[in-house]
Amino acid sequence: MATVSLHSLVKRYGNVPVVHGIDLAVADREFIALVGPSGCGKSTTLRMIAGLEDISGGEIRIGGRKVNDLPPRSRNISMVFQSYALYPHMTVAENMGFSLKIAGKPQGEIETRVAEAAKTLGLEELLERRPSQLSGGQRQRVAMGRAIVRNPEVFLFDEPLSNLDAKLRTQMRIEIKKLHAKVNSTVIYVTHDQVEAMTLADRIVIMRDGHIEQVGTPEDVFRRPATRFVAGFIGSPPMNLEEATVEDGKLVFAGGEALPLPRQFRDKVEAGRKVVFGLRPDDLYPTGHGIHSGEEAEVHEVEQAVMLTEPLGNETLVFTEFAGREWVSRMLNPKPLKPGEKVRLSFDLSQAHLFDAETGTTLRT
Amino acid sequence: MKSWRLPAPYLLLLPAFIVLAAVVVVPLLLSLYSSFTPFRLTRPDSIWTFIGLRNYERLFTDWEFWVAFGRTVLLLTVALNLEMVLGLGLAVLVEKATRGQRLLRTIMMFPMMFSPVLVGFQFKFMFNDNIGLINNALQGLGLTDQAIPWLIDGTLAFIAILTAEIWSSTAVFAIFILAGLMAMPKEPVEAARVDGCTPWQTFRFVTWPYLMPFAFIAMTIRSLDIARAYDIVKIMTDGGPAKRTEILWTLIARTGYSDARMGLANAMAYIAILLSIVFTAMFFRQLAKARAQIAAEW
Ligand SMILES: Nc1ncnc2c1ncn2[C@@H]1O[C@H](COP(=O)(O)OP(=O)(O)OP(=O)(O)O)[C@@H](O)[C@H]1O
Ligand SMILES: [Mg+2]
Repeated sequence: MATVSLHSLVKRYGNVPVVHGIDLAVADREFIALVGPSGCGKSTTLRMIAGLEDISGGEIRIGGRKVNDLPPRSRNISMVFQSYALYPHMTVAENMGFSLKIAGKPQGEIETRVAEAAKTLGLEELLERRPSQLSGGQRQRVAMGRAIVRNPEVFLFDEPLSNLDAKLRTQMRIEIKKLHAKVNSTVIYVTHDQVEAMTLADRIVIMRDGHIEQVGTPEDVFRRPATRFVAGFIGSPPMNLEEATVEDGKLVFAGGEALPLPRQFRDKVEAGRKVVFGLRPDDLYPTGHGIHSGEEAEVHEVEQAVMLTEPLGNETLVFTEFAGREWVSRMLNPKPLKPGEKVRLSFDLSQAHLFDAETGTTLRT
Repeated sequence: MKSWRLPAPYLLLLPAFIVLAAVVVVPLLLSLYSSFTPFRLTRPDSIWTFIGLRNYERLFTDWEFWVAFGRTVLLLTVALNLEMVLGLGLAVLVEKATRGQRLLRTIMMFPMMFSPVLVGFQFKFMFNDNIGLINNALQGLGLTDQAIPWLIDGTLAFIAILTAEIWSSTAVFAIFILAGLMAMPKEPVEAARVDGCTPWQTFRFVTWPYLMPFAFIAMTIRSLDIARAYDIVKIMTDGGPAKRTEILWTLIARTGYSDARMGLANAMAYIAILLSIVFTAMFFRQLAKARAQIAAEW
């Protein structure tokens, strides 16, 4: 049973703040993913929770207990490092059993628990090897094994899959999901990879420059991004985002092109306001090749010349120019298109997002 | 008929072979041979009298030789262990320093810059019972009211020599271990902290196994050094007084040059070399084991 909560958590290196007072409440047994661009403070936050990094301000509570000044060993956590951090001089079995040995558990119990973890992770054959005799994926599993034998209240993962190839990563992602269902601990999982975050997490925390931009379920952050940054960060290929000015029922772009103001924003956004219009590639498609996204679809069609296509097999990404900028659209049931060819593009405005141009926050209410 | 000629590669290497033979192989063989003769520097023709293993037989029952031998082993063991502990401590402290680390590293190496002969003189002066710094300080502080006979009492003289050795060479350990500390990846240490280790356990189970090969390299180097430690002892006590601090090399030098019994001295030297080889082989074995353990890539 462990909740984790951060209250106005601050980290400064010298005088340089890198985490600017973040608040977060993680429920017991929740799987939380921390995502954000490189250098935004994800690892720093995780390491503060682990106790590997001093806290410059604010408070961390694990299971309701304030842990600011407790060393890592008193926090009942385990951590999987990006570089695995296995003990090079110990065998796989010794690596996994090390924490139990330190805790003074009897040899018999250590062996059973290591054997159990090894079975879960498919490491039985490798128990007598040393880390240098293992492949990357195997090392990764040993690192996981080392974390699970302890039965901690909280698991911390710092980009555990980033050193693996794509196929292995997919495989391990599934393993981690199964593992979480089985061990039922609280998990805080740092990753670069939004697919990992979307598929694994109960809730996603999106960080930027030491701030939290949004906390929400994968559905939330994808469907209802709170800020322009989240909108651009989550989703692949990224959302089309373009500045525009609201003028009586229209969105006017810098080059003079216009789109109707989406219905859900009428009467909510006053004329003259500078906004950022956002539309996912899924909601912009060559007419007849889109996802029919329901009854309230509000489709606006524009004819454009194709600049470039990226065929992906089951779909093709079509790049066209509109309002002085490249727009990505997703074409389902693709048919071959040549650069320069004219296509009719459907803008599904019912799915459009508007953000304040200054603050970047959503105008959806 | 074509005359036979040495193939070119051998011909080209020949000068090197000749020089090597002249300066290394021949003297080595000659000294080995002379250890089987009663060769005295004062009677050059005695080198032609072959007496087989008689010198060695004599040494095996020579109490004085074995005392020196034992004392040398003792000096080696005590000095190496103390140097390792002190060097480790120094390295850990220097590694912890957040500023001025370069300066500290440089200062740490100062003792190594002095010739052992100078170190010997320096410590001989410091340990002098009348005018020495140490007795002066002890008396000045009122810790003792009589002059301690540092270089005269056997045990105390041994301690004085040890001190000089340690002062001059602890840096060897410190430098190797510091290099190990600096090369060590930080993640396993952090993993150990998360795994529940106290700082001491982290050091004991994670840091130290990693540093061990570095310490063994220093050990190997230093064991060769001490096994031929001659200069400091020669200057400080010259094996005396009354042979109380005699070690192998002072004994050998005295036998060979003062007593002019070169044959016997060479026999001693060959036994002493065996000692060095044993120590070195031992450390190499440990080193190989420690390296295999941390799976070092060198
Ligand atoms: N020891 C340090 N001293 C000074 N600044 C640091 C230190 N460690 C990290 N930083 C800074 O703190 C910021 C956050 O770093 P952090 O490692 O948390 O980023 P991250 O979000 O984990 O990035 P990545 O995705 O690349 O791992 C970065 O700007 C980094 O430069
Ligand atoms: Mg990081």
